[in-house]
Amino acid sequence: MHARLPRMLKDSAITALVAAALGIFIVGFRTYDVGKGLTFDYQFVDLGIAVVTIFFGRLGLLLAASGLRWPAFLLGTVLGAIGASPLKLPSTFLHWFVVFAGVFIILRTIWPFIDEAAAKSQRSAAGASLKQAGAKWFGAALLLIAVVLPLTPFADQQTMDLAVLILTYVMLGWGLNIVVGLAGLLDLGYVAFYAVGAYSYALLSTQYGLGFWTVLPLAGMMAATFGLVLGFPVLRLRGDYLAIVTMGFGEIIRLVLLNWVDLTNGPAGIGSIPGPTLFGAVFAENAPAGRQTFAEMMGVPFNSNQRLIFLYYIILVLALVTNFFTQRVRRLPVGRAWEALREDETACKALGINPTNTKLTAFAVGAMFAGFAGSFFAAKQRFISPESFTFIESAIILAIVVLGGMGSQIGVVLAAVLLIGMPEWFRDLGAYRMVVFGLAMVLIMVFRPRGLVSHREPSLRLHPVHRRGSA
Amino acid sequence: MLEVRGIATFYGAIQALHGVDLDVAKGEIVTLIGANGAGKSTLLMTICGSPRARSGSVKLEGRDITALPTHEIVRLGVAQVPEGRRIFPRMTVFENLQMGATLVDPTHFQRDLDRVFAMFPRLAERREQRGGTLSGGEQQMLAIGRALMSRPRLLLLDEPSLGLAPLIVRQIFEAIRRIAREEGVTIFLVEQNAFHALRLADRGYVLVNGRVLMNGTGKELLANPEVRAAYLEGGHA
Repeated sequence: MHARLPRMLKDSAITALVAAALGIFIVGFRTYDVGKGLTFDYQFVDLGIAVVTIFFGRLGLLLAASGLRWPAFLLGTVLGAIGASPLKLPSTFLHWFVVFAGVFIILRTIWPFIDEAAAKSQRSAAGASLKQAGAKWFGAALLLIAVVLPLTPFADQQTMDLAVLILTYVMLGWGLNIVVGLAGLLDLGYVAFYAVGAYSYALLSTQYGLGFWTVLPLAGMMAATFGLVLGFPVLRLRGDYLAIVTMGFGEIIRLVLLNWVDLTNGPAGIGSIPGPTLFGAVFAENAPAGRQTFAEMMGVPFNSNQRLIFLYYIILVLALVTNFFTQRVRRLPVGRAWEALREDETACKALGINPTNTKLTAFAVGAMFAGFAGSFFAAKQRFISPESFTFIESAIILAIVVLGGMGSQIGVVLAAVLLIGMPEWFRDLGAYRMVVFGLAMVLIMVFRPRGLVSHREPSLRLHPVHRRGSA
Repeated sequence: MLEVRGIATFYGAIQALHGVDLDVAKGEIVTLIGANGAGKSTLLMTICGSPRARSGSVKLEGRDITALPTHEIVRLGVAQVPEGRRIFPRMTVFENLQMGATLVDPTHFQRDLDRVFAMFPRLAERREQRGGTLSGGEQQMLAIGRALMSRPRLLLLDEPSLGLAPLIVRQIFEAIRRIAREEGVTIFLVEQNAFHALRLADRGYVLVNGRVLMNGTGKELLANPEVRAAYLEGGHA
């Protein structure tokens, strides 16, 4: 084992050298804006610390990989301790960086044990049924938290804003889960349907004075229609090709919204979109003529949080409807056909399933939920422009579905909380928060390559829980 | 029941079938044997409408089905056990069987299910298990069971013995015999395992390079020296 040490040191040195070469311009120099132009400053101490950390980080991983767990563990602990110590490093980020390197090495050394334990629990039938029961209770607990959240003292404006945002993505994730998770059609242009829903509501409400509850089903229908329009020409395509075409479709919708100024007001967007009402009552300090405010109706003092809480419950209900629909439809022939199509299209044809119609319904239904979410988004923001519907939105929604574990409903919730919540929680890290965000995603994919929740629950059982004998 | 006349099928510029004629009468077991690449699977797939025949016709009970898409043909009572089994790996045995019954009136479901489980007790034992975790033989049973759930009048099987142990092959062929004799389902069987297939079949066709070289009863073909030389010698005794 000692014989390998020189090689490891050499490998670590090369890694550090590459890091130094790459980092010299990124970390080594720093430009300042001084009155008339730019000047720069050297930051070679920062660079040096980073390179040394990388050297030991690489060494730690190599040690762990070649079975020298204890030295690796020790190295990780030392690194972590240095990073966390009050020692004066040039920047907070470097502290984080060193801590992270240490934690990563420690994780790497203990990972085989965790992995083995997890595999063992999965193998035993008791573990599997425990997992099922656990998922059920976990889902129920999440739902309870979601329902009572606005009534708790934590429900300040910031939290509620974030909660509404997360729920919007949960709903979009659940909607896309029908297309990607169940039917197995990789859709990179999902945001197009979200945009269609948003613009449907924005235009119908500002131009024709229709209310939110009237437009909601219309927006869903509009988006579903667009889903059919998109679905029809691309049905023959699979996998990568389908992904590219849907991505193109998403961009086309955005460009049309941007350039059809007469209808959409182009890049300036549509403003003063009315918010949703509750039995005709508006959520504002002063009601427009002929309306009353929610505060007047209930006889309570006005509070700007009321609107936010109302929005929260709307999106919660919309998201739950999406979830309920998906759970039900999985048990129906069409839902099973979606899943079968994902598994094997040829076999589906051999069983008399019309793949064209099956794909079309998946696209349309998924699009419909995006349309609902879109009109909610417009009603919440009160202002929309094509900027809100860029490709990155599609990518985030897809990331939520993939990270959650394709087809898993609870996984979507976890992934949405992580993906939407994390950038908010890491705000303190400033410019580095996207780095941490990216790292977290990489880590999740390394440790859970099939998503956070990769277990697929059978859509039907013959008997409530059939226990297999010792055979 | 099935009438194939002068079928020519192409893959791009390559012609796989050169005017094949074939008949399957009601209640018969007919087998099609031939070497690798002879066009056996192509013929079976052409009957199912994918790929489509460039010329010639396929008639099912007098009705021309040459131009129908696969899923429409299945609706007419033709079930297919595709090559390589193609069960749904992430779905349970039970869900796989349920998928087979997609087109059938749900009131028949329980009876059909009992029938399949009676024929393949192994499937009943493993009904909650995921298809992908079954052994090869069990997957083949599942593929046949799934096809039976659609209550076919004509069952097309593409190399059901492929990659299975001899003992399992015997079980599968016994099941096919029972499906034909006890359930009255007409069977068209494509096989490389000529010995088992010809022993089971009422009649057989030998396909060579996209043409039917000879046909006759199973017994005749088994006794035929050419067939013996090409497909049987050295294999089974």
